[in-house]
Amino acid sequence: MEFFRIKKDIPFMRHALTFNVISLVTFILAVFFLFTKGLHLSVEFTGGTLVEVKYQQAADLEKIRGALGKSGFSDYSVQNFGSSQDVMIRLPLKGEQNTSQLGEAVMKSLETEAPGAALSRVEFVGPQVGKELAENGAMALLLVVIGIVIYLAFRFEWRFSVSAIIANLHDVVIILGFFAFFQWEFSLSVLAAVLAVLGYSVNESVVVFDRVRETFKKVRGLSTPEVLDHAITSTISRTIITHGSTQLMVLSMLIFGGETLYYFALALTIGICFGIYSSVLVASPLVMWLGVSREQFIRQKKVVEGANEEGAVV
Amino acid sequence: MNRYPLWKYVTVAIALVLGFIYTLPNFFGESPAVQVSSAKATLKVDQKTQNRVEEALKAASVAHDGIQLDFNGVKTRFKDTDTQLKAKDALEKAFNPDATDPQYVVALNLLSASPQWLTSLHALPMYLGLDLRGGVHFLLQVDMKGALTKRLDSTSADLRTLMRDKNLRHGGVNREGDRIVIKFRDTETQNKARFAMSESQPDLQVVEAGDASEPRLIATLKVQAQQKIGESALKQNITTLHNRINELGVAEPVIQQQGQDRIVVQLPGVQDTAKAKDILGRTATLEIRLVDDTPGALDAALAGNPPFGTEVYTERGGQPLLVKKQVVLTGDRLTDAQPGFDNQTQEPAVHLTLDSAGARIFKDVTRENVNKRMAILLIEKGKGEVITAPVIRTEIGGGRVQISGRMTTVEANDTALLLRAGSLAAPMEIIEERTIGPSLGAENIKKGFHSTMWGFAAIAVFMILYYQMFGVVSVLALASNLLFLVAILSLLQATLTLPGIAAIALTLGMAIDANVLINERVREELRAGMPPQAAISEGYERAFGTILDSNITTLIAGLALLIFGSGPVRGFAVVHCLGILTSIFSSVVVSRALVNLIYGRQKKLTKVAIGQVWKPGVAAGTQK
Repeated sequence: MEFFRIKKDIPFMRHALTFNVISLVTFILAVFFLFTKGLHLSVEFTGGTLVEVKYQQAADLEKIRGALGKSGFSDYSVQNFGSSQDVMIRLPLKGEQNTSQLGEAVMKSLETEAPGAALSRVEFVGPQVGKELAENGAMALLLVVIGIVIYLAFRFEWRFSVSAIIANLHDVVIILGFFAFFQWEFSLSVLAAVLAVLGYSVNESVVVFDRVRETFKKVRGLSTPEVLDHAITSTISRTIITHGSTQLMVLSMLIFGGETLYYFALALTIGICFGIYSSVLVASPLVMWLGVSREQFIRQKKVVEGANEEGAVV
Repeated sequence: MNRYPLWKYVTVAIALVLGFIYTLPNFFGESPAVQVSSAKATLKVDQKTQNRVEEALKAASVAHDGIQLDFNGVKTRFKDTDTQLKAKDALEKAFNPDATDPQYVVALNLLSASPQWLTSLHALPMYLGLDLRGGVHFLLQVDMKGALTKRLDSTSADLRTLMRDKNLRHGGVNREGDRIVIKFRDTETQNKARFAMSESQPDLQVVEAGDASEPRLIATLKVQAQQKIGESALKQNITTLHNRINELGVAEPVIQQQGQDRIVVQLPGVQDTAKAKDILGRTATLEIRLVDDTPGALDAALAGNPPFGTEVYTERGGQPLLVKKQVVLTGDRLTDAQPGFDNQTQEPAVHLTLDSAGARIFKDVTRENVNKRMAILLIEKGKGEVITAPVIRTEIGGGRVQISGRMTTVEANDTALLLRAGSLAAPMEIIEERTIGPSLGAENIKKGFHSTMWGFAAIAVFMILYYQMFGVVSVLALASNLLFLVAILSLLQATLTLPGIAAIALTLGMAIDANVLINERVREELRAGMPPQAAISEGYERAFGTILDSNITTLIAGLALLIFGSGPVRGFAVVHCLGILTSIFSSVVVSRALVNLIYGRQKKLTKVAIGQVWKPGVAAGTQK
């Protein structure tokens, strides 16, 4: 079996501008939604209390809301979680409440009005923690970006590292844009997924760049766009198959992973789809426009050997 | 050219065998057990305890599947959870006849059901996180400022004693915010006092202030001293939590420092979260102070004008009480607290035992204040409550104190438990809490397992269809990656959480990339007309650089998550990083060893099963 029977190099670079415009429009839309709608942050970031209960039969959400209202709770949200038997109750952070006892208070008020609930999970997050998590998340993102830029600059060339990071950061923004637009819950595990995607889709650029470097060294007399076209064409089969395989795994998580892994897998799915697009079709034109040329690679040889030696240690 | 030296095969074989051995315990599952351990530092669990357990079980005619003794205590396995519960009741009765004063912790636990020889190799099943086994997780924030304030208060008291001992007349020693201000009448005394203080209080930084008519000394805690107080406060709080949790009877509690001023408490398998929170969350400290009984002072205080150095508290009965701010004794001086009854009135009471320093102070104070009242306060979260305010009839020596008055038996028990468990050096607050029911935990395991299994199966089917023999090799390499990952996680006893399982799945999904790269490269070389042996060799060699680069970028992201992540993200990051490392080994070394074994020995290899290699009629345009 062989999916890709490509006779000639596909002239990707001829459409470079189109790809970047598509990308730019998506990016602007994502930023727009991020600013207008904002992220629907989970309790982990905002602080508050989350109570998950399970009923034997389908739960009556109205009754639960009534029960909570009667017990003097306010600003609560009650939703089904995964199935009709599972209910998720969210309570915001209130200054003067004895927050740590909130879970029990909720269970008590449910007992009288909507009996039969079994407590499956309580999560309480204080305000200090939420703020810190957001800060740490931003720091992690920054560290990933700096780390990758430095590594690629050292391993390839600054033009490559700059274009790779631009292409992949815009993926991150697009994932966030999706979460803002659909108001999906942005939790810690989604953040983990976003960062994992960042590291993963940079791979994609690395594979293409690797080939670009190789082609520059091996084949003479090709223009830069031709080299890029050749590199993308000869790696496209691997790109699609790898991402397809990873997506198979993610899809399995999407189907079998339940509610907890759902948004994690969703973020990965978006990341993988846009990752292919941007790291191949956005990063390569950027490299071209930044003025990559053959001369930059001839003297690079020593560096490559050094890195290989280092690799053997790993 | 496609042959590995023997040592490489041996390395791969040993790695696989080790991986298999350390993965093995995860297949045996866990059997219900009851653990008996000591609740007191003085009580040792030894062979005798084990014999007692055996006898108690025999007496209650509960059958067991084996008893073992380790440094944690005596652990007994049972067939099912019903027997386990029965056994727990029987053991509880046998070991703690007096429920108010438990000598042993009798707790439910799960033991690995893997055979003894595996356990002796330290091959244990993966350590499951709370979201997979159910339980409670708390993050407590220690109020360091509170600890410092407390220290300054007691230092002020020490300074007063110092001035009195040295016969230095002063116009008041008071804490103002985070400094102590001492007033004097003349500079001579000021100088003398300063000298005395520098000798006896090395932790204080003393500066002169005021003018000749009103000389003062201002003392603050040195930075190192502040740090030391913070550290020891945290340590003491952790010890205190340990003691309190011992009273709860949890098999494997985790109590750890996190960051500078936080403590993580994890209680796996705890069902009664309300009780746990009640015991943990009651961050009570005990303080003994004197009552200001000056006539009219209370009325003035109630009118909003309390005399200097006093504050108003409410007694249990509801009457207001004017209490001096100066603390005579704190809970630090307490060595034991037991519930009991008053000898004369038969009222429920709590009997306290003080350490020698505490006993001396208590003796002095009671001697100097006969016929005055003293208040015993329980401070919870910054709010004080007067438990009792008895009149001092006589000097009390020997450090034995009894608190009684308007308490029920239950209250007496709770107070004693709280005090016995040790008072906290600094107040704490729960800033994060997670409770996961046991059924949700089991469900999470199932979900995580199913996602990984089906994802793996889908990838395997595709790879074998697409790459044939090389697909089989890739799948075997991927399987060995999973084996190594699980083995390392089991060996390190790293906590596996649901995000951790997701990371396993994701790592497998990403690790296949390396094999796809190799296989595509080999095909490409074949397409370019290379003989199979050379194509295999070239394919592996050329793909390696790319594999390394791509794994390193992924690893950078993983490390960032590991450094800045907390809670669930950390669990994800640990597995992700380990997975990247194992995947480099398995996708490159293990798969190469397999390919070499299959094809390497054939000298005249004309065809390799890597799926159809399509050769374009026109050579790929670029090869000019």
